[in-house]
Amino acid sequence: MLLSRVLEEKLGSLYRAGGRIVGGVYLGKGQEAFSAALGVQLRKGRDIYGPLIRDQAGRIAFGEPIIDTVRTYLGAVTGPMRGRDGNIHRGRPKEGHMAMISHLGSLLSVVAGGLFARRLAGTLADSIGATSIGDGGTSTGAFHEGLNMAAVEKLPIIVSIANNQYAYSTPNTRQYACENLVDRAAGYGIEGMTVDATDLASCLKAFRMAAAKARAGSGPQMIVGTLLRLAGHGEHDDASYIPDTKRQDPSARDCLQVAEDFARDHGWLSSAELRELNEEVRRNVDQTVSKVSKEPAPDPFKENWQALSCAELVEGQHEA
Amino acid sequence: MSITYLEAIREAQYEALREDPSVFLYGQDIATFGGAFKATKNLSKEFPNRVFDAPISEDAMVGMAIGAAVEGARPIIEMQFADFSSIGFNQIVNQAATLYWRTNVPCPITIRLPSGGTAGSGPFHSQSMEAIYAHYPGLVIVTPATVEDAYWMLLDSVKLNDPVIFCEHKFLYYHLKADQIGDRELPIGKARIARPGRHATIVTYSAMVHEALRAAEELQLDGYQIEVVDLRSVKPMDTDTILASVARTGRLLALGEAFPWGGVTAEIIARVTTDGFHLLDAPPMRLNSKDTPIPYHPNLWKSHRPTTSTIAAALRRLLRN
Ligand SMILES: Cc1ncc(C[n+]2csc(CCOP(=O)(O)OP(=O)(O)O)c2C)c(N)n1
Ligand SMILES: [Mg+2]
Repeated sequence: MLLSRVLEEKLGSLYRAGGRIVGGVYLGKGQEAFSAALGVQLRKGRDIYGPLIRDQAGRIAFGEPIIDTVRTYLGAVTGPMRGRDGNIHRGRPKEGHMAMISHLGSLLSVVAGGLFARRLAGTLADSIGATSIGDGGTSTGAFHEGLNMAAVEKLPIIVSIANNQYAYSTPNTRQYACENLVDRAAGYGIEGMTVDATDLASCLKAFRMAAAKARAGSGPQMIVGTLLRLAGHGEHDDASYIPDTKRQDPSARDCLQVAEDFARDHGWLSSAELRELNEEVRRNVDQTVSKVSKEPAPDPFKENWQALSCAELVEGQHEA
Repeated sequence: MSITYLEAIREAQYEALREDPSVFLYGQDIATFGGAFKATKNLSKEFPNRVFDAPISEDAMVGMAIGAAVEGARPIIEMQFADFSSIGFNQIVNQAATLYWRTNVPCPITIRLPSGGTAGSGPFHSQSMEAIYAHYPGLVIVTPATVEDAYWMLLDSVKLNDPVIFCEHKFLYYHLKADQIGDRELPIGKARIARPGRHATIVTYSAMVHEALRAAEELQLDGYQIEVVDLRSVKPMDTDTILASVARTGRLLALGEAFPWGGVTAEIIARVTTDGFHLLDAPPMRLNSKDTPIPYHPNLWKSHRPTTSTIAAALRRLLRN
């Protein structure tokens, strides 16, 4: 969580400084607990994870090295996306880390498909899949189709819905008409529960349970976390459409603060130790960024410009 | 004994399932029922647990195939009609087509599109989608016109490590027969000279190959020898074979059943005029369907698409120029 927050703050400042990061920066501020609590349930190499926009913390918890994040944001040719895609659109599918496309909702069926194939091949064992979505993304046809299909196939998949009350600027009242998004679980014939997503302990408990159920063969598990997006939609957005009264709501608590207080109150970490931890994480992030900054940018003359893996089927350039 | 185009598609899927345990079939009504056109008849019996009914969710069907492919499977997805692939459009063009380029992980999926018009099918069960998909990088679009190609190109598609849009023409399903499936002759990406000639070239694909051949017969009576090039795959498009043919004949008619704006015939003309302008003795011509949705009633439908007589008329104009 802390690493995620510090890394994202760094990305935000690089964005504001200009020059280094082309394109947008999309942060998960306030969603680290909910995201990481899912990520830690997953075992890289065995489970399939389809994270979304605000899952920096979950990706770290899953085992993505932060250098993959930095290389993708900076477009480094050394990164997993090699400058061909950027920011949050990254992954290593062969390691079970699916690389989201922008189109919301469309990753659910992909994660389900991976599980389906494993079941066919007899290699599913106790592996599970997990994917995230926001309140807004639940309105897509793709999300509905994917979840319904996963339910029909009774696949071991966790669907994590971060209800941060806004989709870009659109409030939930303009997004859906049911009381609570978790009510939809019954409609899909799957299990679902809600959780206070600002509270790490509750999140961990919920996702641990969901993972155990999924592994045990109980089919898809929906977890809806209630929180507030504490950043703009992207760093270009000041989120002025979120009224101040909303920010007084318990859902607006900063999960990192809540977790740190909890750790301090339980005597797990002293304030001094927390400060030290913070320093260490900051050094790690700074070193990673400075290392990547020295790495080569992609070279259009070295790029092979081939969208097919079968080179013999790639067409020549038919320009005059 | 003879085998139809449709049976060839079934046989190819049988063979693909038999050869490779990572192949599975997913589509609406394809298991016990055997598919709306019976292209998967008995396959679920012969390969239990390899042929699955899908919910009416084209987006999720394609998405699931992509995820399965990442895990090493080689899924064949049956769209009930090509027209409904529009619901899976996003997964096809944005997820499947970009996967390899973005992540270096190939996406070996085959999506079967029962394509094209048949009398009485109307606006939403008659479409030809090849140009739409060909527009996007990262996809291979095949359009078999013969029983042999239906068989071999489907088998080749399944083996290919890239996403293939397999446009099979419904008009050919029952009408087109062969005595047997011959040897595999050409790989995907190579066009075929369906009929040699020297006065004009028709470049076409799928069901229109047969209309073109009939029109060529008609012109033969007037003493013209028309060459017919069957593209077999519209992407990649075998430009070399097209140019070689135009070099022989000096005249080009690009023929397709799809809507007229843009599309495969426009691409053919663009390539020939940019790479082979000097080969042309007359302005190239295009013949497509009309620019309206595809009509229901046979009287309207027959005039909407190119037919032997409209093709022959176009050829006569082309030869007069
Ligand atoms: C299908 C689709 N339509 C529109 C967009 C543009 N878009 C990107 S993020 C976003 C808001 C998403 O809101 P939500 O799902 O609630 O997630 P949050 O950003 O709140 O985490 C929109 C509209 C998109 N990515 N995909
Ligand atoms: Mg939201």
